[in-house]
Amino acid sequence: MKQFLAFVKKEFFHIFRDKRTVLILLAMPVVQIILFGFAITTEVKNAQIAIYDQSKDVVTQQIIQRLQANEYFTLVENISEPSQIEKLMKNGRVSMVLVFEPNFQENIEHLGKADLQVVVDATDPNQAKTMTNYVTSIIMQYQQEFIPLKSEVAPMQIVPQVRMLYNPQMVGAYNFVPGVMGLILMLICAMMTSISIVREKEKGSMEVLLASPIRPIFIIIAKAVPYFVISIGNLATILTLSVFVLNVPIAGSLTMIVAVSLLFILVALLLGLLISNLVKSQVAAMLISGMGLMTPTMILSGMMFPTESMPVILQGISSIIPARWYITIIKKLMIQGVDSVYIVTELGVLILMLLVLLAVSLKTFKKRL
Amino acid sequence: MNDIVIQAHELTKKFGDFTAVDHISFEVHKAEIFGFLGANGAGKTTAMRMLCGLSHPTSGSGSVAGFDIAKDPEKVKASIGYMSQKFSLYGDLKVWENIRLFGGIYGMKTKAIASKTDVILNHLGLMSEKNTLVRDLPLGWKQKLAFSVSIFHSPQIVFLDEPTGGVDPAARRQFWEMIYEAVDQGITVFVTTHYMDEAEYCDRVSIMVDGRIEGLNTPAQLKQETTSTSMDEVFQKFARKATRNQD
Repeated sequence: MKQFLAFVKKEFFHIFRDKRTVLILLAMPVVQIILFGFAITTEVKNAQIAIYDQSKDVVTQQIIQRLQANEYFTLVENISEPSQIEKLMKNGRVSMVLVFEPNFQENIEHLGKADLQVVVDATDPNQAKTMTNYVTSIIMQYQQEFIPLKSEVAPMQIVPQVRMLYNPQMVGAYNFVPGVMGLILMLICAMMTSISIVREKEKGSMEVLLASPIRPIFIIIAKAVPYFVISIGNLATILTLSVFVLNVPIAGSLTMIVAVSLLFILVALLLGLLISNLVKSQVAAMLISGMGLMTPTMILSGMMFPTESMPVILQGISSIIPARWYITIIKKLMIQGVDSVYIVTELGVLILMLLVLLAVSLKTFKKRL
Repeated sequence: MNDIVIQAHELTKKFGDFTAVDHISFEVHKAEIFGFLGANGAGKTTAMRMLCGLSHPTSGSGSVAGFDIAKDPEKVKASIGYMSQKFSLYGDLKVWENIRLFGGIYGMKTKAIASKTDVILNHLGLMSEKNTLVRDLPLGWKQKLAFSVSIFHSPQIVFLDEPTGGVDPAARRQFWEMIYEAVDQGITVFVTTHYMDEAEYCDRVSIMVDGRIEGLNTPAQLKQETTSTSMDEVFQKFARKATRNQD
């Protein structure tokens, strides 16, 4: 036991005497949360728009006012010629132009129909879609509030009452926080552990340690302990930041969240051990954990893009990524606040992964000796 | 004879079809300096790994410090010290932290470690560098320190794998003085080297060629057998027999 503690101490020294490592370990969660929480967002705020109002009547004015009152849009220019539309788009001044046809109010009142053209810069399709959705909903709302009073038509109307469950304001951070948790824990546990084990192999110190009476399995456990501790610290940082800075609530049980996270940390540590068994150099360890773990975790885990809309093959690949299951559980627990019965499947998959990795990495580890 | 501390009998290691170590047999006596020579790829490292309990022999047997290397590798490990050229302690740990770490790994008591640390640092003249990070020490000092650490827990035998690689002749000379001191304390030294002048310092030398021990005697007698004037010449004559690729 004393041998083991002496060893754990050594590992902490390795980490804390390397300023770059400390920086990565401690600053990364904060930076990631801030980046994902604020900079990378699917919401559209203050989109610059222009309006080409050929009618200039009461109805168009009311609609324009509503658009302006909205935080999503900023009216930068009223234009009077169709040729200006493309010019504004090209020099990037606006990303959307609304064109009201002439006699807008008259048409609506007498013909029951008026045209509003929405021209959007669709270079970024997600943003374009979000903006048109906003406009459509503003128009729909206006229509429901005012038009029925003036016209006798439209006796039948279907009014969808949309209720956004779990995330009523549609805040992007709700989606990203679980993703960032999965990403960071995976990065620190798998990548850092594998690098630190491979470094000893590369330097030749592993040979000296193996020639000593300390049992090889203890060497590995001792190497994993500091990263385990640091991961728990990072977990606390992420949860604190997301609750108090990003205002993401923790709807479900905190105990369950922590328990599942510990399970995920163990899975990631084992992955790191497995990688360290397979490669001989630190560079290789970094490449494998970077390319082989981080990229799929970011892209295929459902953190950024929903797994449901991926091709079947990619869905298959995504289902062997531990982070996918972890992120799903955390979304359910944290955002939806479900009971633990609803996460049984995902939890089962993670536990299965843990057992398989344990068997495989212990086997490859023994073989190496 | 009771003073045999290392014994190898028909020791063999195969990796697939390749026989790295081919039925080697020898004995090393207590407080002897045993030089283990051979070209790169001759099988020295593999043989040494087996004797240190790091690698399981394919066939044959061996014992180190009275323990069977195949059955009791853990007991073997506890009785030996090991130092390799590649590794000279942890650069990001201080001098005393390195000593404490290895003392701890070999199960020494904290108090014993502390008092012995001071003795050793005084002896090496490194007392003022106690709190220095090892990476800031010159290579020669690192290697002397590494040797002191490898015998810190008073092992019966110390295995040195090309311990003086990369250091200048003066530092090598000092290093060998430390080896003689260790031998005076009754420690057996098993050393591999590429420097033939160092081979002269050994009590007995074995020369491995293609996985087999081709020559085994005192340096003086080896020279006589091969009618050579220096160990370098002896080595050349043996190494010429090699058919295996050197890598």
